[in-house]
Amino acid sequence: MLQTEQYTINIGPQHPSTHGGLHVEAVMDGEHIVDSIVHLGYVHRSVEKIAESRTYPQFVPYTSRLDYLASHLPTLGYCQTVEKMLGVTVPERAEYIRVIMAEFSRIASHLLFVGSLAIDLGATTGLIYCFRDRERIMDLFEMTSGQRLIASYMRIGGISHDIPDTFIPAVRSYIADFPKMIEEYEGLIVGNEILQARLKGIGVLNAEEAIEYGVTGPNLRACGVEYDIRKADPYGIYDRFEFDLPLGSKGDSWDRLLVRIEEMVQSVRIIEQALEALPEGDIKAKVPRIIKPDKGSEVYHRIESSKGELGYYIVADGGEKPYRLHVRAPSFVNLMVLPVISRGEKLQDIIANIATLDPVLGESDR
Amino acid sequence: MSKINPEKMITELQELMGDKLQVGSDDYFNWLIINPDAMLGLMQCLKNDYGFNYLANLTSVDYGDAFEMIYHLYSIPDNNKVAVKTRVPAEAAQVDSLVSVWSTADWQEREVFDLMGITFKGHPNMIRILLPDEFEGHPLRKDFKLER
Repeated sequence: MLQTEQYTINIGPQHPSTHGGLHVEAVMDGEHIVDSIVHLGYVHRSVEKIAESRTYPQFVPYTSRLDYLASHLPTLGYCQTVEKMLGVTVPERAEYIRVIMAEFSRIASHLLFVGSLAIDLGATTGLIYCFRDRERIMDLFEMTSGQRLIASYMRIGGISHDIPDTFIPAVRSYIADFPKMIEEYEGLIVGNEILQARLKGIGVLNAEEAIEYGVTGPNLRACGVEYDIRKADPYGIYDRFEFDLPLGSKGDSWDRLLVRIEEMVQSVRIIEQALEALPEGDIKAKVPRIIKPDKGSEVYHRIESSKGELGYYIVADGGEKPYRLHVRAPSFVNLMVLPVISRGEKLQDIIANIATLDPVLGESDR
Repeated sequence: MSKINPEKMITELQELMGDKLQVGSDDYFNWLIINPDAMLGLMQCLKNDYGFNYLANLTSVDYGDAFEMIYHLYSIPDNNKVAVKTRVPAEAAQVDSLVSVWSTADWQEREVFDLMGITFKGHPNMIRILLPDEFEGHPLRKDFKLER
């Protein structure tokens, strides 16, 4: 009788398919994955401890660096949390601009998802097409904040700068071109037979397990659960917009891709409505120069980031710095299901699973 | 499952838990403040009888002489929410693990252990998650000395 034994393959931390410093130890039996152990912390910088030594406004740029692929979303979540503590009402114009920026961040993040998924599975051209279109969003961010990737554009009480005159025409031209972009992805990436074979029926997560593991965002909706914080627990002015929640049915990697493609279309719908309704006026509420939320006040506020439920829990002690700040990072929690969905699959499938769970390590490691 | 009535739920839980449970609320959450020894029972009850199937967030705060654990629970699709708090003295920083109730507690509890140094009784894999294994101390504790 031939003796066989299990062996371990290390994926990452330095490997393009791990999207930053993620290290997965795959325990293999022949070609099949028996177990996978996720090692985190390669980009840990103890953001929560740093927060305790920064004033409330000083912490805004750090939040941008959590999910650097959709940098407006974590800053939005943080600013709204502090606004909740202070009871500040944000001016209408700022609210609408925030929504436009947040949804563009979501599109940029999903575009990177689609492109990096394609290149992870060996289709380099897919990445180039997605980056071409993401680039225009980066230009829009540069127009408003001066920064492309890590914008730090939100401020407690509003936003840092009003939009320039060139912004709205640029947005309109992007929206006009958008259906053609989607058509291209549909043909080039979604319609690709090899890609379909690599994703369909791979990394299946059922709805109960997804909720059990706290999976949120597009990954949860791919399992067919209709849950989006923009609808379930609306923040800002999200209750004013009409949009659909794309749902999957099987919860496999394929559904996770389709849900994100459709979500980009819905984000564009929201941006269109926000542009239509964009009022004139102030862009920043009157906020005290030194922000000191009341002693003992604590808030848990959550938003629907491009990855899922992004929550901030802040405890104030009456000083100008948070007593305790915790970030509930969707990437961190979503990654927990990687061993669950990869069990029994082949090594190549774990690459697809990492890509379709869409973790951002800056956020999961904090 | 139909939408539950939060007031009714709190009254029922108070009857069940007696003086081990205090309640409170702010603008956003109803608070259930529970003795650590009754926490696991309360959580099982919230999940099984009241449909809180989604543990969104769990974290801890260092108050010097005591640690506080905070849990934010939601239910999908009813959209109810409740927050549970429990306090343990600093010299006996241990609470029951909730991995048996919600699997999502696994990594989140490991994170609390790693950064705050609270151990979880019954956790299947109580090891550090973000910091290296040989790291000494727990950085989020207020008495952790930052090197300059």
